[in-house]
Amino acid sequence: MSLKMWSLKKSVWVFHVNTGACNNCDIEIVNCLTPRYDIERFGIKLVGSPRHADALLVTGVVTRQAAPRLIEVYRQTPKPCVVFPIGACACDTGIFRGGYHVVGPVDKIIKEEDPNAIIAYVPGCPPKPEAMISGVVKALSAI
Amino acid sequence: MGAVFEGKGKEMSSSLTILFWILVVPGTIILGLVVSWIVRKVSALVQWRVGPPFFQPLYDIMKLTGKEILMPQDANRTVFMMAPLIGLIGVLLLSVLLWKVLVSPVETSFIGDIIVAIYLMVLPSLALILGSSASASPHAAVGTAREMKLVMGYELPLVLAFIVIIIKTAGLVGSQQQLSLYAISQYVPVLSISGMLAFLVALLCIQAKLGFVPFDIAEAETELGSGVLMEYSGALLALWKLTQAVMLVAMPLFLMTVFLGGYGGIHLTGIWKFVAVVLLLIFIGGRLLADRSKFMDVLSLLSLIVVCVLAGLGKYVLIIVLLILIKNTNPRLRIDQALKFFWVYCGIAMVAAIILASLGYFYDINWL
Repeated sequence: MSLKMWSLKKSVWVFHVNTGACNNCDIEIVNCLTPRYDIERFGIKLVGSPRHADALLVTGVVTRQAAPRLIEVYRQTPKPCVVFPIGACACDTGIFRGGYHVVGPVDKIIKEEDPNAIIAYVPGCPPKPEAMISGVVKALSAI
Repeated sequence: MGAVFEGKGKEMSSSLTILFWILVVPGTIILGLVVSWIVRKVSALVQWRVGPPFFQPLYDIMKLTGKEILMPQDANRTVFMMAPLIGLIGVLLLSVLLWKVLVSPVETSFIGDIIVAIYLMVLPSLALILGSSASASPHAAVGTAREMKLVMGYELPLVLAFIVIIIKTAGLVGSQQQLSLYAISQYVPVLSISGMLAFLVALLCIQAKLGFVPFDIAEAETELGSGVLMEYSGALLALWKLTQAVMLVAMPLFLMTVFLGGYGGIHLTGIWKFVAVVLLLIFIGGRLLADRSKFMDVLSLLSLIVVCVLAGLGKYVLIIVLLILIKNTNPRLRIDQALKFFWVYCGIAMVAAIILASLGYFYDINWL
């Protein structure tokens, strides 16, 4: 394992992208930062710009309006980076499957832009903060 | 107390001195990373969190160095890439200047170095303005405008605070030494009313210089998406993080030198002498007790060093703790509030301090 990937695992800065979520997953993401879960223990930090990010936390089904923006944000994230679709909608469009405004699940949109993207799924409606932490840990140990 | 340090530079053997000056830049960077960990850890503890592990700042820098550098399409590439280097070089020069004053002042400090230090202190902010305005991002442009206003805001009270100190020490130092950091660092102006006012105002200005919370208006994570640093990624962002880390060493050192009497400064009397002796008894034990006179020599020399180190470290920790506590107990100000705060309130306080210091100088009242 290269030093680059090792240090990436030790310090994951995440950027939060909402592509049409109902805000429930977003609340649970913010929960991870609270003293109860405190993800800064693992070096995970929420940053304000995709250019600083190592991981994109994408919540919500990708709507027609959001799809080009998601691709743009992905292109703005310096590689190597990991994409985390958070919640049932982002993983598999959930209850919105077949909706007129839905373009597709997050992985499909990202794969169109970059076929080699690293994608790790955290399902749930919404996923618990524990599930997110466990998802991040599993994804990072798989890299 | 000035005499205490006269011989210190000479005592250091030349090879040791050379080694020190070789190690001073990497040492300052490492110290900066440690202090930035302390800032994050203490902030976490204040918020009842566990906080990041000790090597976290190092991991962050390593990771950022390994990442891709994205260049914004419309950016001025040369300025965009040079700006973090200018900032880092400026703050490293400042810290080297301060270490010179603190460690071997006799041969290396020069008259007027306080002016040089004031110029070097503003260099990281100027580099930040330069780099973010070269990035052609609208968010960064808003951040740049705010940073510029903030610099204009805090430079006035900061320079006024230094003027207070120069007036306070004018009668005490030699005739042409008024602008020498080394001469000023022999006194503790904070033990007077005007000096205390100046110290508090300078502390708040340093808070703004470091971009800590009540004054993180330019970076404003939640409104501007990191504002001035928004377009930086990879190794360039790592350089900015290093700059901020080294500023955490340089700025408190500067406050220490100017206001709190440098590295030593506390008289070896009363409780401090007692503390030094007790510490030394713990440290060297009864090993040298056989040779009484040698013991006394070593004791006096070592107690001097221990107390200087203790006092210096104590002052540094005091400043850092004050900065962290202000950071963690305040919400972000708007830029107009910050300007009003620095120009009106801090400005008035500094004018009052200058009048007090001048009165004290003319009528020989030390505590004014």
